[in-house]
Amino acid sequence: MPEEIKAGCARPTGGPVGEKPVAAPPAQEGERKEEKVMIKVGAKAPDFTAPAFLNGKFVQVKLSDYLGKWVVLCFYPGDFTFV
Amino acid sequence: MSVDSVFVHKMWNDHELSKMVKGGVPFAMLSDGGGRVGSVYGVYDPDAGVEMRGRFLIDPDGVIQGYEVLTPPVGRNVSETIRQIQAFQHVRNSKGTEATPSGWKPGKLTLKPGPDLVGKVWEVWKTSMESD
Repeated sequence: MPEEIKAGCARPTGGPVGEKPVAAPPAQEGERKEEKVMIKVGAKAPDFTAPAFLNGKFVQVKLSDYLGKWVVLCFYPGDFTFV
Repeated sequence: MSVDSVFVHKMWNDHELSKMVKGGVPFAMLSDGGGRVGSVYGVYDPDAGVEMRGRFLIDPDGVIQGYEVLTPPVGRNVSETIRQIQAFQHVRNSKGTEATPSGWKPGKLTLKPGPDLVGKVWEVWKTSMESD
C-alpha cells in the first residue's frame, strides 16, 4: 500500500509503470510521432505510480497495489476549481 | 488526480475541502505533474496543460469496467458513479449469470440473459422502470 515520502525540496514524481502498452507501429521518418494508447472498457487499466496527499501525509501510490478492490480513478483540471 | 503538486493538494484539502467534508478528503489526492498518467488514460490536454474530468471504474482484477470524460465546465454525478459500481459488483457476484437493465438500482429486478429471454424482455421490464 502507499509508502510515505520524506518531505524535501525535490518535487516527487510518478508515471506509468510496467510493460509498455502496445507500442504504435514505428513511425516513418518525417511522419509525426504519436504514441497513442486506446483506453478500452474490458481492458487492463494502465498501471502507474504517483505521489499523493493522503490523511495528512505525502505518500507514493501505485495503482496495482489496489488489486482486489474496486477503484474509482478521477482526473480533474485543477485544485481550487469550482465544479 | 490532477497536474497540481501534492503541496497544492494539501493546501486545497486543509483550507477548503476540509470545510466541505469533515476530516478532509479521505482518499489519496494524486499528483500527475506533466500529465504523464493522464496522457496514457487519454484525458490530458497538452494545449491547456490540464486534465479533463475523466472518471474510470477499475475492478478488483485491474480491468476498466467503465469510464466517463467531461470537459472542465460540467461536474460529475457521484450518485450515478456509485450506482454503476453497485451494478458492476452485483453482476460480478452473480458470476455473469445476471445483467442489470437500464435504470437498475440495488433491490430491483435483474435480467438472466439466455435463449429464453430473447423477445421476452418486454414482459418483465417496463420503460417506467428506467427512472423510478
